Amino acid sequence: MQKVIESIGISKSFGATKALNDISFSVNESEVFGFIGPDGAGKTTLFRLITTLMLPNEGELKVFGMDCITHYKELRKNIGYMPGRFSLYQDLSVEENLKFYATVFGTTIEENYELISDIYSHIEPYKKRLAGNLSGGMKQKLALSCALIHKPKLLVLDEPTTGVDAVSRSEFWDMLGKLRKHNITIIVSTPYMDEAMRCDKVALIQSGKILAIDAPQKIRDGFNSKLFAVRSAEKYRLINALRNYQGILTAYPFGDSVHVTFLNDKLDNSVNDYLVNAGISDVIIEECEAGIEDRFLELMEKGDGNQVSGIRK
Amino acid sequence: MKRFIGFVKKEFLHIFRDYRTLFILFGIPAAQILIFGFAVSTDIKNAGVAILDMSNDEITQQLTDKIISSGFFKKTENLLHYNDIDRVFKKGKTKAVIIFEKDFGEKLVSEGKASLSIIADGSEPNTATLITNYTMAIVNDFTADFAGPSINNSIRIKPEVKMFYNPNLKSHFMFVPGVITLILILICALMTSVTITREKEFGTMEVLLVSPLRPIQIILGKVMPYFILSFINVILILALSWFVFGLPVKGSIVLLLAESMLYILMSLTLGILISTVSSNMQQAIFISLIGLMLPTVLLSGFIFPIENMPKIYDYVSMILPPRYFIVIIKNIMIKGTGILFIWKETLILIVMTLLFIGLSVKKFKIRLE
Amino acid sequence: MREKIISVHNLVKKFGSFTANDNLNFEVFEGEIFGFLGANGAGKTTAIRILSGLSKPTSGEVSVAGFDAYRQTEQIKKNIGYMCQKFSLYEDLTVKENIVLYGGIYGMSKSLIRERLTELLEKLRFQEYENRIIADLPLGLRQKLAFSVAILHEPKIVFLDEPTGGVDPITRRQFWEMIYETAERGITVFVTTHYMDEAEYCDRISIMNEGRIVALDTPSKLKKQYNAATIEEVFIKIARPVN
Repeated sequence: MQKVIESIGISKSFGATKALNDISFSVNESEVFGFIGPDGAGKTTLFRLITTLMLPNEGELKVFGMDCITHYKELRKNIGYMPGRFSLYQDLSVEENLKFYATVFGTTIEENYELISDIYSHIEPYKKRLAGNLSGGMKQKLALSCALIHKPKLLVLDEPTTGVDAVSRSEFWDMLGKLRKHNITIIVSTPYMDEAMRCDKVALIQSGKILAIDAPQKIRDGFNSKLFAVRSAEKYRLINALRNYQGILTAYPFGDSVHVTFLNDKLDNSVNDYLVNAGISDVIIEECEAGIEDRFLELMEKGDGNQVSGIRK
Repeated sequence: MKRFIGFVKKEFLHIFRDYRTLFILFGIPAAQILIFGFAVSTDIKNAGVAILDMSNDEITQQLTDKIISSGFFKKTENLLHYNDIDRVFKKGKTKAVIIFEKDFGEKLVSEGKASLSIIADGSEPNTATLITNYTMAIVNDFTADFAGPSINNSIRIKPEVKMFYNPNLKSHFMFVPGVITLILILICALMTSVTITREKEFGTMEVLLVSPLRPIQIILGKVMPYFILSFINVILILALSWFVFGLPVKGSIVLLLAESMLYILMSLTLGILISTVSSNMQQAIFISLIGLMLPTVLLSGFIFPIENMPKIYDYVSMILPPRYFIVIIKNIMIKGTGILFIWKETLILIVMTLLFIGLSVKKFKIRLE
Repeated sequence: MREKIISVHNLVKKFGSFTANDNLNFEVFEGEIFGFLGANGAGKTTAIRILSGLSKPTSGEVSVAGFDAYRQTEQIKKNIGYMCQKFSLYEDLTVKENIVLYGGIYGMSKSLIRERLTELLEKLRFQEYENRIIADLPLGLRQKLAFSVAILHEPKIVFLDEPTGGVDPITRRQFWEMIYETAERGITVFVTTHYMDEAEYCDRISIMNEGRIVALDTPSKLKKQYNAATIEEVFIKIARPVN
């Protein structure tokens, strides 16, 4: 089976800044492949290379077996692209936007309607409304419909869920999941770690480098130590106290608990006494399973110290 | 007070750190003074004069020499008939025709009176007035010399002044065609320059690029609606000129409309070219409005005749499309010429349009960098 | 009894016939970390603008830091800190210049500004970046700096609008530790966020939906009430996005 995307040693710099550093990965047909990482990690730059909107400085990048530099014309006909900001026409209606993109790609709304029907049905009641007057979640759905309307072989979604509330985000991923059965390959970028679990494969990316690349469950399971969740009502004092405790390696707040790893990689029971002495009561310590974010934090810590602060020299 | 000072300090910092603002603040006034100073001139220099000498004697020769050697004029042609006058004005190089009546010299000597006609090209009222005044001054001077030391004021050369094309010397014969030229190029270039940069700014250009659309399709697609709508605009403007200002259309209306549409097409494609070099709407607007306005107003022959400027400005104005359209529009409307007299200017506009389209396609960024 | 920093009673805000805030009732106490959640279009931004003195309510009683939201908006603005998601600092000025500028705008004395500047640089470990242009710093650092500038003048309350959007997980946590520390100092923190796990860091949270507050309590009580393991689950159960 031919790889839909094959990247070997890709690097891209803007002046003195290296946005992408030796990126290698491949994406198979019908996969939902996620690029997870914070702002500035290089996700948008990478997607612009894949969609032939920019040229790499080093390395080889092939989409559908074609080189992204020389075969850009052919590639641009077969990709559905949804860039970072909302980029549909604010002063055209929902319907007019969809019709425009259908026509530009030489097709009609009716021809591929069944592909977008799940998604479009949410916004169809508003089809005469100007796109600029839609809510964030609705705009995302419209942008997705427009990217899909010509039944592309590859769908490229750059941060489609950023700034959108949790409910709409969840719905959006439900819709992506349903697209699998149409044999469309999807690459998505997102800063939200929890969305990683919804992908077939994930690349964790930070400061232009890939920290890990695998099925999300495998990445999560790659977490190297025993993880413990410590709970108490006094969150702030708990964190400070834990940080100052000699036997603890890392301590990160995670919602209502603090995820902790120990130097000896096993629960140090004297931590209880220490905490009580520090005046923190009702402490509950339990072993817990690592999530993908724990693994990301672990990988970030391992990496170059500068990566965390990521200052441009 | 502290807040205020802190705020002012910040504003200074912003200004000094932005090269563009500094350029506007210091660079543009300096450039303007220089251009203005040299281009704007209400003197005439080397105005073309044709002579229709019905008597061809010594006196007319002397007077002609005096006029030509004054430095304000240069002789374009010697005419033989009255019918030649229309033709020579249409050519455009001649701004005035001086006609000496038959037996001029004889009449002057024997009767003490002779007639001289100055026929000026009224389509440039300011120049026409200047020319006639200068000529009359020279003639008076000549008369005084001729009369000699005797206080014999009975020698008189009566110059009769007539304006060709614009008998009442209405100044809007000069202004209105110029304003039409100016407005059309500014608005059309502005429209198309903004429409492409707007897509770049809003991000929709990214999506258009990753599609089967080719640059030439995007460019022509942007030009087409403005072209069609501008047709209505032209008719509106011409109708207004006619009804409100009484501006005639002596020549063919069809030709006028066709030339106007050509000029509009050229302006629209110029706008596209501007958009390919602008990264945002602000830049595009700046270049199309401010960048085009001043050269057009000052250097295209709109108000200040190009002949009156230093030669270098003549060369510079050759790259300005409005220079050619002003000639075309004045010729058709006021002088009533046909395509024969304006084929050169028309050809230049066609070439410019094709050049702009070609350059735009070439410079059109198919990538985001 | 802790002081009430925000007191909102029957707040209504209408834009023409559209009701953006429909009878809101809540209080925020001194030193609290109050999370203000809701889907896009639920009315959060409208409410925050009223609380920060940028717009006036249509009806209802609202007081912030002891000042009335109708007649004393200028005093409100002087006594609060505000950080919007991005762009609160001038990108073409340096770290130091921004701090000096905002210090001046807050009416702080030169010596006080200098003192806070040194403190800040030390705390964030920014000393070498004192004279760097903001545009050259990465997002995480900018956000931390923007927050520090928002509380430079030690206001009674600081409003944070999605302060951790898009930053990496480590910086996000560091940011929240800064928030904790700020609350310990007695500054009330009013924060909105789309990261549901961050809701758990708050003392109390409210969830808005279609102009109304549909939930208001501590995170643990809400989870119990809605039988949910996470705030995200609570959110999905009760908040529907507006179209």
